[in-house]
Amino acid sequence: MNTEPQVAPPAENSLPESWRHDLDARLAAGENVLAWLAADLDAKLNFTRGLVVVTDRRLLSRAPDSGEWSEWAYREGLGCHLHDHAGVGTLELTDASGRLACWRYTLGENISALRLLDQFERQLESHLTGRPPATDAESVCPICRAPLAPDQDECPVCAKEIHTPPSTWTLLRLWRFAKPYQGRLLAGFLLTLASTAATLVPPYMTMPLMDDILIPYQNGKPIDVDLVTLYLGGLLGAALLAWALGWARTYILALVSERIGADLRTTTYEHLLKLSLEYFGGKRTGDLMARIGSETDRINVFLSLHLLDFATDVLMIGMTAIILFSINPWLAAVTLLPLPFIAWMIHVVRDRLRTGFEKIDRVWSEVTNVLADTIPGIRVVKAFAQEKREADRFREANRHNLAVNDRLNKTWSLFSPTVSLLTEVGLLVVWAFGIWQVSKDQITVGVLSAFLAYIGRFYTRLDSMSRIVSVTQKAASGAKRIFDILDHVSSVPEPTKPVHLAQVTGRIEIRDAGFRYGNRAVIRGLDLAIAPGEMIGLVGHSGSGKSTLVNLICRFYDLTEGSIRVDGVDLRSLPVAEYRRHIGLVLQEPFLFFGTIAENIAYGKPDATREEIVAAARAAHAHEFILRLPQGYDSLVGERGQGLSGGERQRISIARALLIDPRILILDEATSSVDSTTEKEIQKALDNLVQGRTTIAIAHRLSTLRKADRLVVMDRGQIVEIGSHEQLMAREGAYHRLYQAQARQAEVLEEEAAA
Amino acid sequence: MSIAFQLARNSFGRLVFTGADGVAREGVLPVRAFPISAPDFGVSLVDGDGHELVWIEHLAELPEPTRSLVAEELAAREFVPEIRRLRSVSSFATPSTWDLETDRGDATLVLRGEEDIRRLANGMLMIADSHGIQFLIRDLAALDRNSRKLLDRFL
Repeated sequence: MNTEPQVAPPAENSLPESWRHDLDARLAAGENVLAWLAADLDAKLNFTRGLVVVTDRRLLSRAPDSGEWSEWAYREGLGCHLHDHAGVGTLELTDASGRLACWRYTLGENISALRLLDQFERQLESHLTGRPPATDAESVCPICRAPLAPDQDECPVCAKEIHTPPSTWTLLRLWRFAKPYQGRLLAGFLLTLASTAATLVPPYMTMPLMDDILIPYQNGKPIDVDLVTLYLGGLLGAALLAWALGWARTYILALVSERIGADLRTTTYEHLLKLSLEYFGGKRTGDLMARIGSETDRINVFLSLHLLDFATDVLMIGMTAIILFSINPWLAAVTLLPLPFIAWMIHVVRDRLRTGFEKIDRVWSEVTNVLADTIPGIRVVKAFAQEKREADRFREANRHNLAVNDRLNKTWSLFSPTVSLLTEVGLLVVWAFGIWQVSKDQITVGVLSAFLAYIGRFYTRLDSMSRIVSVTQKAASGAKRIFDILDHVSSVPEPTKPVHLAQVTGRIEIRDAGFRYGNRAVIRGLDLAIAPGEMIGLVGHSGSGKSTLVNLICRFYDLTEGSIRVDGVDLRSLPVAEYRRHIGLVLQEPFLFFGTIAENIAYGKPDATREEIVAAARAAHAHEFILRLPQGYDSLVGERGQGLSGGERQRISIARALLIDPRILILDEATSSVDSTTEKEIQKALDNLVQGRTTIAIAHRLSTLRKADRLVVMDRGQIVEIGSHEQLMAREGAYHRLYQAQARQAEVLEEEAAA
Repeated sequence: MSIAFQLARNSFGRLVFTGADGVAREGVLPVRAFPISAPDFGVSLVDGDGHELVWIEHLAELPEPTRSLVAEELAAREFVPEIRRLRSVSSFATPSTWDLETDRGDATLVLRGEEDIRRLANGMLMIADSHGIQFLIRDLAALDRNSRKLLDRFL
């Protein structure tokens, strides 16, 4: 694509086989398919499979049901139009007299539709003028037409569409976090092995104790004290050894699992911070907090306690089985008979429990979400006296939680008693078979008692192993929810081959930009070039796309179509953090973090000197009021800057922007939440800030944009007018209307004030 | 209700509205106010700029052919496929691709996350796919057993 940008991609090859065959028959010799669109909806919006094709000679379309083809050769007056609504795109073909055809498609096909339209327009123009079709001056993505940097092969827009689900073996993926602790894990495993072996010695000792001492004594032989001392000493030694080894392995493995948990938590949080605003917009705070807090903790407990126990149990069962078989294979076989049955039962229940626990987790975050919704909005709740309604909502969420839990507990509570029952039955079988074997003199009483001692432990382990099922499932569903975050690819991805800008001058070019939020097009076909140092005022009704445009320039979101370039480089090829360092942002509601004023001013540049901080505060006209505070720059301010007025907080945030000395400055309604006196003060601070920087200011009050070099009037995602205040007033267009409306409003306010 | 306006479709397929003032406005769109909870109540005719021209409380009040013109235009704009059956899902972890039977034919949807399934009143579910298309499940209890079982894993 880079070497031959004028050659269209072999669009025909990407067509599904059935269509390609059909289409080939229709095409004239040498006719090239340039683009195609699967029109997957019919006029009544039923799913279907229609096809629209643009070739270098005509536009073709295939009706979905009859398979009939229609065609339109390029001619004067022909035109194609795209628009979309609620997830349905419409492509219309018109000429001067009316609509010739109309196709509909789901928005998943939007990119092919755009490409089709583009090719159609180029070919049409070429046929009318007789000139060869226009080609892109630079390479563009063959799929979505976003411009590519010279060294980029993969389109940053298309590459992010990943729809593969994460694998189900989620817990194994925790290995990524366990890997740094391999050595300690191995040590822990060996210790587990040794300590388990040590615990298996005492039951073995019951055999000689029974056969060599107790039974001979019953038959009249005296007790051999030395032998008894030896055996009992062995028992004590084995117990002490098992104790010491058990302590060492528990300690080591607990240390490791605690570290794995901590790593998991920090990694998840770091990843979360890198995700785009789009992600945060779609998630609820309570849910995210629960995932990072309690889910990681649950995984942690699982690793340090349950998994460890489970491993010990498996080892114990394995070793016991070996010992039993070495003593007497027949009795061992009978003893181990219920094992596969129990294993099967565990497997069956596992599946049910896992989905149940996942469900409980989701319901649980529903409960916390109610809290997270209500507590910040408590003033509204109280003002409208809706406490009861909110309490009901909480009760409803809890009821749902209970219902889900109840259903799960039905299965779960049946599980443990069943395992216990099987244990008893197993013991019964061993007794019966053992007594029979003793009666046939096949085994001694000592062997039977050793067996009973072993399987007493053996079956209790099975019982506790059955408990692992639930905790494993809980941990697995927790891990899945963590990996849901970790697997989420940022929709503002870091470029694979980043371009570094040493010096930013602040030239911004927006070309053919389109942005879609959900199924709503917020920005459409927007072009704007901003010179370095220029101040642009963005004007328009609320909902006209001003803030979205600013968010796109900050790269909080990525464009759906087109490109934004800074100093000639596409935003998507700049490293995100590096780019944002050049941007100063002053928002309508300044957010102050918990900390001192100095820390807040230095937020974007933590290594700033005190002189720099004071200079920035002075320039922001914040110095004096800060000095009036009892602790000056060391005064603590809370989350929302309690104790500071709106204007004061705003000036701190202006100082914050000034300190990083950005080349691009964005003022999003910076003065609209304060009264007009405060606004004047802030305006003075802003004037200092704006100097020599590329500035994009959004303001509701048009009077605050007097200093702007150009005003850009937006309406429904498009630019409708550009010019200075005087030019736009003279034109008497959209800006004039906005201005008049505000002037009238101001008059009314003044009259009211006077009255 | 007396109807103080005229509606017609021009050769470009757009609705043309002529109000009491006699001015013809092209590209008029009908919009339902409560498309899901009460589709029959409240249809508004808005012009190309989104300004309301007339409020129609019940579609049935309109005389023919205006009524069918409005209904026709609504049918071509409203796209909320109703899920009749879930044939299969690619995985129980999201993103997950679902193979569906809807009232508008067979379709697939890509569910980005469980939070894209919204519970509405009366057991209705609204599912947004990754392209922003809204799928509706009108009555969860009315789905067949297998669909409910699949769906249950996401709820």
